[in-house]
Amino acid sequence: MDLSAINPVLFIAGFFVAATPLIFAAIGELVVEKTGVLNLGVEGMMITGAICGFAVAVETESPLLGFAAAALGGALLSTLFAFLTQVMLANQVASGLALTLFGLGFSALLGQSYAGMKPPRLEDVDFGPLGDIPVIGPVFFSHDIIVYLGLGIVIAVWAVLKFSRAGLILRAVGENHDAAHALGFKVKRVRALAIMFGGACAGVGGAYISLIRVPQWTEGMTAGIGWIALALVVFASWRAFRVLLGAYLFGGLVQLQLNLQGAGVAIPVEYLAMSPYVITIVVLVFLSRSRSAAPGSLGRIFHASS
Amino acid sequence: MTTPLLSLSALTKAYPGVVANDSVSLDIGAGQVHALLGENGAGKSTLVKMIYGLVKPDAGTMQMNGAPFTPSEPRAARAAGVGMVFQHFSLFDAMTVAENIALGMENAPKLGALSAQITAVSESYGLPLSPDRIVGDLSAGERQRVEIIRCLLQEPKLLIMDEPTSVLTPQEVEILFKTLRKLSAEGTAILYISHKLEEIRTLCDHATILRLGKVVGECTPRETTARDMAEMMVGKLLSTPTRAGQTAGDVMLTLSGLKAPAPNMFGISLKDISMELRAGEILGIGGVAGNGQDELLAALSGERPVAAGMLRFKDTDIGPLGPKARRAIGLLAAPEERMGHAAAPDMSLTENAMLTGATRMQLQNSGFLNWPAATRFAERVIAQFDVRTSGPAAAARSLSGGNLQKFVIGREVMQKPEVFVVNQPTWGVDASAAAAIRQALLDMASEGAALIVISQDLDELMEISDRFAALNEGRLTPPRAAQGITVEEIGLMMGGAHDMEVAHA
Repeated sequence: MDLSAINPVLFIAGFFVAATPLIFAAIGELVVEKTGVLNLGVEGMMITGAICGFAVAVETESPLLGFAAAALGGALLSTLFAFLTQVMLANQVASGLALTLFGLGFSALLGQSYAGMKPPRLEDVDFGPLGDIPVIGPVFFSHDIIVYLGLGIVIAVWAVLKFSRAGLILRAVGENHDAAHALGFKVKRVRALAIMFGGACAGVGGAYISLIRVPQWTEGMTAGIGWIALALVVFASWRAFRVLLGAYLFGGLVQLQLNLQGAGVAIPVEYLAMSPYVITIVVLVFLSRSRSAAPGSLGRIFHASS
Repeated sequence: MTTPLLSLSALTKAYPGVVANDSVSLDIGAGQVHALLGENGAGKSTLVKMIYGLVKPDAGTMQMNGAPFTPSEPRAARAAGVGMVFQHFSLFDAMTVAENIALGMENAPKLGALSAQITAVSESYGLPLSPDRIVGDLSAGERQRVEIIRCLLQEPKLLIMDEPTSVLTPQEVEILFKTLRKLSAEGTAILYISHKLEEIRTLCDHATILRLGKVVGECTPRETTARDMAEMMVGKLLSTPTRAGQTAGDVMLTLSGLKAPAPNMFGISLKDISMELRAGEILGIGGVAGNGQDELLAALSGERPVAAGMLRFKDTDIGPLGPKARRAIGLLAAPEERMGHAAAPDMSLTENAMLTGATRMQLQNSGFLNWPAATRFAERVIAQFDVRTSGPAAAARSLSGGNLQKFVIGREVMQKPEVFVVNQPTWGVDASAAAAIRQALLDMASEGAALIVISQDLDELMEISDRFAALNEGRLTPPRAAQGITVEEIGLMMGGAHDMEVAHA
């Protein structure tokens, strides 16, 4: 075992990369759940985003176009969910599970011819002299644009939910859809838009795995990140910054266990591989012991007749 | 005659199978307090929903100040100066007062500025309210203030109030009426929906009476008796509940120093309640909502058992017994909340009848349920209490509030309890059904049962109680004879002025 092989700077910089897919998926799902909808299809939307992004990036040789396609693909798939749950009033849990199964299968079909290919690389953002600062430079100023975009989205979601009227309406719809309807807010429209936002975020999160983190296409490569995102939203008590914190914790642990594996620590690989999932959930369970902050109408079907 | 503020002509709205409003016309002048009267299902709420833009009329027109008025959504109605205070409060529990108010406003200012406005309006209209509190922590009376202030901040020309006084003490009703009169003097028209005819007589300038979706009459409430208005509403002669002569019997239920901790952070703890309840009497318990009514019912029904020695049924100590054991010996209870507490919404009436009637009606046999007997029991409740439903197989959710209330009260009454505790027996029930429920309660008492009726409706308590007591922050005032008690005295009892009572006695 040789722990000195771990470079602390690269290790910490790796946090951000490992956490980014989870940040996107979880912050999107947070917005969806804040409107009172439980979309269990995060995993399916992520994997769909992963293949859409990968395919378009390979064909156009532009990673950014790939991410745009991933957002579009995730949003399109989530529109199916919005149609089922908001128009056809189908059960949200069943529809979400179906979405995940469909996404996994459909992405495998789309990805048939892309296995083993190498996607174009997305350049890191050039911060000029900032990037040359020792330690701080490589840790904070040496990432691609998507990492910063994820951070920006979390801050934006927090600010919109807390300070803007749109955020207030969004929370109101999730808190009590009957009262929101009585005040004249378009419950279904707000929910459909939130679902599509969640789909787009999940898609980008998925594409980050296939285009940057791995980077290549394999079936089922999201490997449960979508499910962790769902758990993260609940245990973060539907708060944006706790989601961020939880995602970094998870990303850090993933990084750590990879490094420990590389350093040949005498713990079976299986335990190391499961540790990020277990530790993240345990920590968040303790954080969320206080009063439940779940949106009042979460998972309930809204029908305007009552 | 000047152009009325709002003029409805021949408004018609039909839902599948029922015409909710059939060619309804009425005029409301600026500054007029206009009462809208009618039983449940008479079409009052459909009518105000059309004015508020929640429902589109099938036919007919509305005019505001002579110009056509067709609000496509509540936002448009609010912009035109229509404000509405809902019967079932349209509030968001997890949000603050200020956020709730901002949601109901067009062009809401920043929260800081809004808080200042809320404080200003609440002071000028005598409706104390702190903008930073979480709505989930507020009492029903305070929640209503949130709704009223939300409307007032938009300076409405027409304020619609749906059953506003059901949750208030007489003193609070006075404050509300002062507020409404002040508004009316300032030129705001008020469309006032209520079952309480005496209130309408004190407050309103004009009344329109609806029955089965049609306007059946108009009157000036001050010049019409409550009885005449009630009869226009139901279209038949009302029978005032009557009771046979009563003699107080043996002591059935004794509470001695009953205490119970608050069930949750929003609840009230019961503090040292002592009293005796005798066979054949009805003890009415008043009080503002949230002063321990639900907790007292839970302690008496056995949902939250109390320590040994605090509660005796005849000679048996029943403090630690649960609801099932208490039911078996004859103490039955009906809670306030129909959906989810008194009845399971998604289960059929038969299943709901089984849930509380299994023991006393012998609906089970060594663990096996006798469904045919339960169905017969449900059918008897439906027939005897005139529950309008498609039959015992209907889901409880499908019944209107009033009909479900008749069912859940009837279900307990038919089990012939020796002691019956009921919370809000006629909440949201129309006048004739309320009279029927009260009559059933009186009949039980004359047959020798002892009753505790907890209610927010003081008129109801005065009508049926032999003795009256009030709950205030978990304390019960000593019961006193209901005969000859005045509204002021009741108000003092509800406000917690325990010693004043000695002076009045």
